[in-house]
Amino acid sequence: MKVTESGPGTTIPEAFPPPLMDVWQHRHILDLDDFTKEEIELVFEIADAMTEVLTREVKRVPTLRGKTVVTLFDEPSTRTRASFELAAKNLSADTVSLDASKSSVVKGESLVDSLRTIQALGADVIVMRHSQSGAPYLAAQHLNTNIINGGDGWHAHPSQALLDLYTIRRHLGDLTDLKVTIVGDIMHSRVARSNIWGMTTMGAQVMLCAPPTLFPRGLAGFISRCRLPNVRVESRIEFALEGADVVMMLRLQRERQQSGLLPSLREYIQRYQLTLERLSLAKPYALVLHPGPVNEGIEIGPEVAHGAQSVIEEQVANGVAIRMALLYLIAGGKNK
Amino acid sequence: MMSPSLLISGGHLVDPSQGTDGIGDLLIAEGKIAWIGDKGTASPPPDLYTIDATGLVVCPGFIDLHCHLREPGFEDKETIATGTRAAARGGFTTVCCMPNTNPPLDNQASIDYVKKTAQTQGVVRVLPIACITKARQGKELTEMSELAEMGAIGFSDDGDSVASSRIMCLAMDYSQALALPIIDHCEDKELANGGLMNEGWVSTRLGLKGIPVAAEEIVVARDLALAQLTGARLHIAHVSTRESVELIRRAKEKGIAVTAEATPHHLTLTEERVMGWQAGKNDQLTYDTNAKVNPPLRTKEDIAALIKGLNDGVIDVIATDHAPHTLVDKMCEFGLAAFGISGLETALGCLMGLVHSGELDLVTLVSKLTLEPARIIGTKYGELGTLSPGCQADITLFDPNKEWVVSSQGFISKGKNTPFEGYQFKGKVVATIFAGDIIYQADDFADVFHFTKQGKKS
Repeated sequence: MKVTESGPGTTIPEAFPPPLMDVWQHRHILDLDDFTKEEIELVFEIADAMTEVLTREVKRVPTLRGKTVVTLFDEPSTRTRASFELAAKNLSADTVSLDASKSSVVKGESLVDSLRTIQALGADVIVMRHSQSGAPYLAAQHLNTNIINGGDGWHAHPSQALLDLYTIRRHLGDLTDLKVTIVGDIMHSRVARSNIWGMTTMGAQVMLCAPPTLFPRGLAGFISRCRLPNVRVESRIEFALEGADVVMMLRLQRERQQSGLLPSLREYIQRYQLTLERLSLAKPYALVLHPGPVNEGIEIGPEVAHGAQSVIEEQVANGVAIRMALLYLIAGGKNK
Repeated sequence: MMSPSLLISGGHLVDPSQGTDGIGDLLIAEGKIAWIGDKGTASPPPDLYTIDATGLVVCPGFIDLHCHLREPGFEDKETIATGTRAAARGGFTTVCCMPNTNPPLDNQASIDYVKKTAQTQGVVRVLPIACITKARQGKELTEMSELAEMGAIGFSDDGDSVASSRIMCLAMDYSQALALPIIDHCEDKELANGGLMNEGWVSTRLGLKGIPVAAEEIVVARDLALAQLTGARLHIAHVSTRESVELIRRAKEKGIAVTAEATPHHLTLTEERVMGWQAGKNDQLTYDTNAKVNPPLRTKEDIAALIKGLNDGVIDVIATDHAPHTLVDKMCEFGLAAFGISGLETALGCLMGLVHSGELDLVTLVSKLTLEPARIIGTKYGELGTLSPGCQADITLFDPNKEWVVSSQGFISKGKNTPFEGYQFKGKVVATIFAGDIIYQADDFADVFHFTKQGKKS
């Protein structure tokens, strides 16, 4: 990317050229299923520049000055919300943070009406987290404002998948033919779904691993109908981990056991927890990822979560850079 | 004053009840079919309306065994006035309305209200289906005998399958003595577990909770076992899966008194429609709440089995399951949207696609919309679904080749919730006649209607 040098080794993101519109095709970021490899690489390139900004003492550039980014979350979230808000602030955007569980949505206003109100208040970008799969698609259908999906139901979490990909790339370089094993509650996981698209687009091999009750029944059909030959399914974690370059553990919600999907947490821990011993089945340098929040001692042992191969904290840091890149790509080009 | 006689001339008469399938004339006088025969051989009275039905199919008025008129209680979705007019526009002269109103049709007064409102505000015959259990709670039987006397043509807790096998068994015992069918929406709610669409690759892709096919099949199998045990008449509503068709086929072979229906949407749309896919197009991914329906849209294989079932006689009837909803009910998150499709006005156009593709022949289609549902209803309300002389003149005329584009804005129904928006259909209702009166005529066929005073003597 062309950047203006103001001193040796210093990039000035405010002088970024407008996003390369011949590569970048998105008004909204809803999922990675419609992202090309070139688009994902563009996100990484910009995220690299943003990472540099984050190393400065004053982590702020005026790229989105005068723009308003609204976060509308109807589910509890610490890292995604904070990460988007920090990303927006680092780009000098104004941020408004709305808690949908306490706002007009509760008063009976429809989602579309709430979003139209936010649009009318002057939002340039709405980052939304919603418990219902597909809610951001409804928003994109009825609004002109740019929508970023901050996680919808069981469906998608594109910024999380991008930061996962980015974290892997920073350690292992090119993702082509890397074996990525995703372990846990695949059925209910928007992180897994978005990663399936992102990983396969970047050429990685994806191995999905879960107890049989936590795979969606249509998974095999999904893999064949969406032509995803690089995605495989395995219920036994020992086989799934063999030769993995990356191990991504998913959060196990305790409600899953209460609703009968698992016989007991004890058995899940015994069969599926990522321990040092199990991790040794993967490649020696294999990275350990987790989208958080971590249930230490359930899906992952503390010695692994905090071990040498864990990049969990780094994922969080990279999340800010990735979200800065996304906000820039979505909102940065318009007034140039 | 009696309306003048009506001659429907030169149409393709299709009446499976008499084995009629050919060009001919039909004369209507005093609200009844007066005469049916070869073209040009009628001896009409001097003053009459004529309809030049050349190129049109003339058949008994369609009968919808399964629709939701929403009144009383949900008049923002539909009323008996709007629903029956939508029915007329769709070619239906008889509609059987489901009891999931508020209050539900579980008592004499509610049934009476529906019947009286239909008489004063409706334009077609409305036959009520009463609840199996009080308030559709699945716990205590309604006063089925009295409701039968009030005119109920069957019993159903539609939408809420009776979960208790014991209560269902008792309902069948009781209805058996009344010779009325139990109509079941077969769904194991426990297994469906709040599912939103068919469980399969699309639900996986969209991250939506799926409804397994077994949720339907378990209850179909249970009901068939109970029908065998009790000897009751059982009617399976909106069959949607291949295995359900097989279960019903085997039950019929065993002589169990079961009938079954399929809907136009289950016969033509697959689960892919939920994500916005239409045949031939790969549109942008959406979550289309207008394709959210229960039972859910299934797969190509299920459609093939349903069509085969229609042709083999395993599926007796095509019913719309017309389920109108407001815009607010549908313009929301997929998981929160109401289930249902507004189907009365698209039924024929949709189904004629199956005729044009050669999957269903015209006479079979007409039979599934007229003779077969009439058999299930019985003769409590006179002879329905026939063009036999002496019977009430309920007639539908349609152009089998007229192409048109579905626009929900043109619906008479308050429910604009259709998954067929923008679809091009071939086959359109031209006129609907109820008791000899033209209650609907399509704007684009004005030239077929004439009033003549022919051979008037001085």
